[in-house]
Amino acid sequence: MSPASKFGKSPARRNANRAEQLLPERELKRIIGTVLRLAKSTGADETEVHVDETAESLTRFANNAVHQNVAERGLNVSIRTVVDSRTARATTNRLDEDSLRAAIEGSLSLAHSQPKNPRLLPMPGKQRYRKVHRFDKATAGLTPEDRARAVRRACDLAIQNGQVAAGIFASGLQQSAMGNSRGLFAAYRETHAEFSITMQETPAASWAKANAARVRDFDPQKLAQRASEKAHLAVDARELASGRYTVILEPAAALDLVGFLFYDFAATALQDKRSCLNERMGKQIFGKNISITDDAYHPLQLGPPFDGEGLPRQPVLLVDRGVPTNLVYARSSAKAGRKKPTGHGFALPNEYGEAPMNLVFAGGDSSLERMIASTERGLLVTRLWYIREVDPYEKVMTGMTRDGLFLVENGKVTSAVRNFRFNQSILEMLRNVEFLGPSVRATGEEAFEMVVPAMKVRDFHFTEVTKF
Amino acid sequence: MWDLCSNALDTARLRGATYSDVRVMHLRQRDLTTKNGQVGTLAQSESIGIGVRVLANGAWGFASTDRLTREGVSACAAQAVSIARASALAKRGDVVMVAEDAYVDSWQSPFRKDPFEIPLERQLALLLAADGEMRRVKGVTLTETGMQFRKIDSWFASSIGSLIHQRKMITGCGIAATSFQCEEIQKRSYPNSFGGQHALEGYELVESLELLRNATRVGEEAAALHSATQCPEKTGTLILGGSQLGLQIHESVGHPIELDRVLGQEANFAGTSFLTIDQLNKLRYGSDIVNVVADARLEHGPGLGTFAYDDEGVPAQCTDIIKDGQFRGYLSNRETAHLIGLKRSSGTMRTESWNRLPIIRMTNISLKPGTWNLDDLIADTDDGILMETNRSWSIDDRRYQFQFSTEIGWEIKGGKKTRMLKNPSYSGITTEFWNSCDAICSQDYWTLWGTPNCGKGQPMQTMGTGHGASPSRFRNVRIGSAFSNQ
Repeated sequence: MSPASKFGKSPARRNANRAEQLLPERELKRIIGTVLRLAKSTGADETEVHVDETAESLTRFANNAVHQNVAERGLNVSIRTVVDSRTARATTNRLDEDSLRAAIEGSLSLAHSQPKNPRLLPMPGKQRYRKVHRFDKATAGLTPEDRARAVRRACDLAIQNGQVAAGIFASGLQQSAMGNSRGLFAAYRETHAEFSITMQETPAASWAKANAARVRDFDPQKLAQRASEKAHLAVDARELASGRYTVILEPAAALDLVGFLFYDFAATALQDKRSCLNERMGKQIFGKNISITDDAYHPLQLGPPFDGEGLPRQPVLLVDRGVPTNLVYARSSAKAGRKKPTGHGFALPNEYGEAPMNLVFAGGDSSLERMIASTERGLLVTRLWYIREVDPYEKVMTGMTRDGLFLVENGKVTSAVRNFRFNQSILEMLRNVEFLGPSVRATGEEAFEMVVPAMKVRDFHFTEVTKF
Repeated sequence: MWDLCSNALDTARLRGATYSDVRVMHLRQRDLTTKNGQVGTLAQSESIGIGVRVLANGAWGFASTDRLTREGVSACAAQAVSIARASALAKRGDVVMVAEDAYVDSWQSPFRKDPFEIPLERQLALLLAADGEMRRVKGVTLTETGMQFRKIDSWFASSIGSLIHQRKMITGCGIAATSFQCEEIQKRSYPNSFGGQHALEGYELVESLELLRNATRVGEEAAALHSATQCPEKTGTLILGGSQLGLQIHESVGHPIELDRVLGQEANFAGTSFLTIDQLNKLRYGSDIVNVVADARLEHGPGLGTFAYDDEGVPAQCTDIIKDGQFRGYLSNRETAHLIGLKRSSGTMRTESWNRLPIIRMTNISLKPGTWNLDDLIADTDDGILMETNRSWSIDDRRYQFQFSTEIGWEIKGGKKTRMLKNPSYSGITTEFWNSCDAICSQDYWTLWGTPNCGKGQPMQTMGTGHGASPSRFRNVRIGSAFSNQ
């Protein structure tokens, strides 16, 4: 089935309509130029402008019917001024010159109110960026009717199977442009689509979710089918004692745990001594099968090729065969650490510095089926929920299993299991990985999307069992 | 603004909407933070736009825009109707709402000092001074302070004739010290984690917190935690400080009583609830002394859940949630109230901004004060642990099994608060926990805490909620399991 036929007719006409929801790049450039011109006359030493525009839509369903269906459109202009080694930011969504001037003056007023910062760096000049192509016309052209029809098919499947469906089908467009008074200009636009479904079969439920730049990269009905089958398998859950188990984490479950590591790779986090990597850089703290890169150019990633200061994002090898090797740097943390910036800074001013936003875990060649077949006794985990940090240095996380926990015995899934609470160190977990699946673009609820494999992990620590 | 609202309502009606409501919102915010003696974030923002919600063909549609021209608003309203018609392609029945009166009103939350009028230099000087006091403490490796101010104007109009303007002033402020030593990170926050205390107040909230008086203690406790005894793993008596109990209420009472969760509307993301409809007026939620209300009225206090009308045009109310230990009520809106046969919405529809659909949210969900003096409560406790200031929080998707850890604990032996304990945690089952409550401190210890970061909905919305609580005692609680290594 072609993408066009899957989501209705006349995509070209609809695409044209939706594309109008975003301003042309030249218009963003004009807004930036206007702000730079106005700021020059107000006495700012330097000025930086971000323009972010979004057009998002989301169809939400529950109890086998659409119950919420929303669309939003917005554009923000965010202005940072520098005056006498002091900087501050003001943001507005009003585009008339008086409002832009008021935002500039607001930024200057904030900047004037603080002590001088001798460590404030001058803004960067013009940069060169690698091209990324993450705008898909078919995704941009998706209509409420397209989403409603896909939802209807998923709900019909639920009804046919005696189940109840809930979830979302979202799609959207966004673009960002930034420029500064030293001649820097960067622009980026993307589309994105997401389908998430929970199938409930009393007293159980299961779930599947996908997220991509192009809506044709996933099939909502296949996700609905998978969630439906697993919900049925999960109905008769037995209670097991808490303790340490071998677990097979599906990619979404693996993502929602390892995703909590992302800020630990920020140089500022180490300088502030709040990273779990403090005093651990260069040491073999993970298994030799663990390698992690930050790569904004990976084909499964989304997001702009530049950071909050306009520097090009560089691919960075963060963990090499179990050894944390490199960090990511904004310009200020790079200067403090006598390193080169890697293009991972947040928009200034901020106290967090930077973070890798495009993590890619190197995968392996073990399929989920092979992991199950190789397991004498263990648990297959569909999804984790409400994960929070218990111990920031040992990186102990707590949370619950949800929407499909299954017992694996002698290489086969034998029954559903009641949900557990875990208290598990991620550092320990990444020393105990026995198998890795191929890396995929994973999407959960706790961490932003990353490229992560399924993992088979020994001695995963479940501390309590719940009632369902 | 009323012209824009009328324009949207007229367009929606002409396009075939059978009901519509409109919110124009203007949000202004200022954020100030410091870190290690330097200014961190210094930013302000404003956002203005309109959100239009309509019923057409028996189904909901919502659209929002920041194009506040006549044409922009008309297009937005027409889009909302078009979306509603698309929703009807996958409906199972028509939406019906309970009746509500029309109101024409204007309301402003009271405050004494407008934080946007206080000189920034003065605000930053206070934060930097508190930051400096914490940094002076040996062993402190990271200091953070912050203030946040929000002014929100909303103009609500509906097709039943309501015209309601509300203005809210919200202030938040707090400090924190972190200490990294001996392969361990410890942190203390004041007056609470999550950026401190947040309330529907002006700058007077900041002044009431006495940051400078508390900064040194905060730093000292962060450093001292490294040499404190590890919280033991056992089943025993637990006394929770007010702010931690506020979060306990939020997670194990506030969320499960949301009727949209109960009815499965949040099943894909936030989850469902163990409080199925058959439990109403039957379930013994807590012990006899447990009384919880959902109270959005100003007389309850200046909480983050205080308002005059919700974002569906329903007046603020006080609803009994748990009365004398019995489960008595849900948080509802006009649609879900109809679905379970209630005559009226409890008035809890709230939206984060003009570009978000109002959904059922907590207002101020508060545990009514008891009669105990805190000193007497400690003296009455032979063997227990006092836990204060949240560090982590987690609960399952039906709001039944929870685990919390706090920044600091204190051992209580023979009726006396003795040594400091590090890494305290406790866990349990919601109804078992609330039924184990045997003492609640009095109004003298009761604070309406603000939780500024409650996430719910798709797309996600962050909402502030209020939780009144005073220190309380619970028996036979599982303690220390977060750090269990069994």
